[in-house]
Order: sequence, then C-alpha cells, then structure tokens
Amino acid sequence: MGASSSSLVVQIRGLRKSFGVNRVLDGVDLDVRKGEVVVVIGPSGSGKTTLLRCINLLETYDEGSIQVDGVEVGFHDAPGGVRQPRGDRELSHIRADIGMVFQLFNLFPHLTARENVMLGLRKVRGLHVAEAKRIAEQWLTRVGLADKFDSLPSHLSGGQQQRVGIARAVAMDPKVLLLDEITSALDPELVGEVLTVVQELAKDGMTMIVVTHEMTFARDVATRILFMDGGRIQIQGTPREVLSATGHERLKAFLARIEMMHH
Amino acid sequence: MLYAIQSLPFLWKGLLITLEVSALVVFLSLIAGVILGVGIVYGPRWLYWPIRIYSDFLRGIPLLVLIFFIYYALPLIGLNFTNIMSVVVALSAFESAHIIEVVRGAIQSIHRGQNEAAKAIGLRFTQRLLYVIAPQAIRRFLPPWINAVVDTVKGSALVSLVGIVDLTLAIQQVIGRTYVPMPLYILGAIMYFVINYILSSASRVLEARFAYIRE
Repeated sequence: MGASSSSLVVQIRGLRKSFGVNRVLDGVDLDVRKGEVVVVIGPSGSGKTTLLRCINLLETYDEGSIQVDGVEVGFHDAPGGVRQPRGDRELSHIRADIGMVFQLFNLFPHLTARENVMLGLRKVRGLHVAEAKRIAEQWLTRVGLADKFDSLPSHLSGGQQQRVGIARAVAMDPKVLLLDEITSALDPELVGEVLTVVQELAKDGMTMIVVTHEMTFARDVATRILFMDGGRIQIQGTPREVLSATGHERLKAFLARIEMMHH
Repeated sequence: MLYAIQSLPFLWKGLLITLEVSALVVFLSLIAGVILGVGIVYGPRWLYWPIRIYSDFLRGIPLLVLIFFIYYALPLIGLNFTNIMSVVVALSAFESAHIIEVVRGAIQSIHRGQNEAAKAIGLRFTQRLLYVIAPQAIRRFLPPWINAVVDTVKGSALVSLVGIVDLTLAIQQVIGRTYVPMPLYILGAIMYFVINYILSSASRVLEARFAYIRE
C-alpha cells in the first residue's frame, strides 16, 4: 500500500474529549490511508464509538485535530489564528463526504428504501430525479434489495434495513465510511448478510473505520485493528498481531470476555 | 321556530365573523407557534427562556383577562387596538403558546438518530427539518393542533364581550328581541357543532394520511 501523504484520508492528532468530568478520549492519534479498513475494538466505554462520532462531528471534540482529506472537520481558522467551530453549512459539506452507518439503522421511516438513498443524492448532491433514482437502485441492487425499492423501512427485516442504511451511505460516494456497531442490534441469523456486504465494499477498496464486536469479521476484513481502552489506542497492528494478544493483559482479558459471550 | 328562521340571515353574518376571527387566529397562531416551537428546541440558549416564559405565562392566565388587558389596559400606554384586533391578538397569543408546546413535543418525540442520520448524509438544518423531522413530527402535531383549532372557534365567542356581533352575540341579540331562547340556542349550538365536527373529521382523514410509521 502506498504510504504517500496524498493517500491519507483521515488524520487524527491529539484528540481529547470529555463528557463533564469523564474523559472519553484521552489523546488519540490515527492515520487512515485510502483503501484501508481499520477495525476498532475495545470494551464499552473505551471511547471507540465517540471516536467514530467525532470524525463527522456528531460529537464535538475539545482538543486536537481531525482532518478528513486534508480538511479540519470541527473548526476553521479565524483571523488571529483562533479556532472557530464550523457553521452548519460548512459542516454539511464536510459530512456529505463522510458516510456513516448506525447501530440502530436510523432509516427515515416515512420514505421508501429508494427514497432513503435518494434524499442525499437529490438535496445534497443536487442530482436530478432520474440520475438519483438510477444510483439508488444500482446500490440497492448491489446490497441484494432489488425487489425492495418501494418498501417502507417498517416492512423490512433488520438485516434488510441495515443494508439500506449501507446503500444510503455509500451512494453518496464518501471518502471514508464509518460503521458504528452495525450488527449489534440484529438477530444473529441476520448478521451474516450485512457483513457480507461490508466485505464486498472492502474488496472494492472502500476506506472504512469500523467499530465492532464481531471478532471473526474483524479478522477477515481488517487491514489493521486498533484496541482502545481508557480513551486511548492501546495496541494496533495487523489482525494477526492484535488478536493473538501476546503480552497485553487488558487486551487478553477483553478478548477472553468476547470469546465467552459468543460460546 | 319562525323567529329562528327569520333570524337566519342575521345569524349568518355573526357566523361569518366567528369564522373570520377563527381563521385569522388559526393562521397567526400557527405561524408564531411553529417558529417559536422550533426556536425553543433548536434555537440558541438565549432564546430558550424568553420563549419558555412567553409560553408558560400565556397558558397560565385566563383568556378573558388577556383580552381585557389588551383592550382596556394597553391603550393607557398608547397601544390602541380596534376591538376586533385586540381579540385576534389575544387569541393568537394564547393559542400560539399552546402550539409551541405541541411543536416541541412533536419534534422531541422523534428519535435523536433521525437527526443524526440526516446530518450524516450532509443535509443542512432547514433540509433536515423539512425532509426528515417535519414529515414525522406532523403526525404527532395534528391531533392536538386540531384540538387547538376547535378551541379557537369556541374561544372566538369571547369577541362578543368587547361588542363584536359574532355568532354568539347575534344569537343573544335575537333572543333579546324575541324572548324565545330555546330554538335559537339550539340553532347556535348546532352551527358551532357543525364547524367543529367538520374540523375533527378532517383531522381523522389527515391522521390516516400520515400514519406511515409503525410504532
């Protein structure tokens, strides 16, 4: 994989965030290059979901820097070198290039599967109906929902809803895709169909940051795994390096707990 | 009974006043209530307390006191309203205070994730409101709002207290001349009922139209 700085999609430096007195991110540094699939694991409360939500500013951050494709996400420089929070319009531009898929799907319940995917294409990308429709149908077909274009979310299974959620995010052609525990709310027999879609996206070179508890999936799809604990990245490396977990007590304990939950 | 029929054109004029006042109040209170309701949910912090106080205060005083205050007290500080405008302003302010709460409740009933998903695909604030929040909130907004509209039609009878001949005062004036109260009161009641029955029927049709969300 090329390591030139031009291929850097996400660059995070010294990221800190507190909820009240509780520090959830305590100095995170992370580089994600084009085509990488970075899987973040760690116990609940370790800050992994907050990290993900900071990248498209669903959460603000207190200190440090997040750059997506070279653009600082949370702030712009005001005269005098002061950082000012970005306004709604600027943020919308930045967010349009960052896809996100949610644990609870968050599909728009008043819109059909196709309309869910079309909304951003129409209103944010400004495409004409015919073009937006073509792209939406193309992506819904790719995630295996060619027969569900006109279904409302309430008429779809959890796995189908989440695949619409993925189509909605990737149809915008994002520079990076954030997946936030996207199978945690699914019945076990529906997890596979969603993860298969993600694996195909990975194969096609989609840059992704994935928070998950599915270790088998992490091993199969990740180019790199990060283990977070206490608001910091404790260990990172290839799946083999991290999951064999030699010599890191907290990681070993975490993996043992996960193992127990699944058997 | 004959008196009642002979008085119909007169009552009709009163009915038109009732409808005009009601329509004006429904329109004004909807605009003000929705803007302030959206403001109290999404607005900056400095906006919260003024709206909160406005809403709580107006809901906490009797409508009649509000009307008399605007009609009799405000002229003392140089604010003159015609009798009909003072009632329209009072009713609009009163109803808008209720609509603020209805809007707030309707928006807050929508899961936080909806707004987040809308943000994540890059929709701006007004787009999120227009394409994601409003279409879902409207279903919770409609039933209490139609109630407020029905209250407005009934509340508009208070204009008779500052000398405007609406349906209520027209009925009383006819009774004053004819001394046959019963048929006229019944006729008046039927007229009010027909208006409000049409409104609540429309409400049921609209609710069915927006019932796309499985709970």
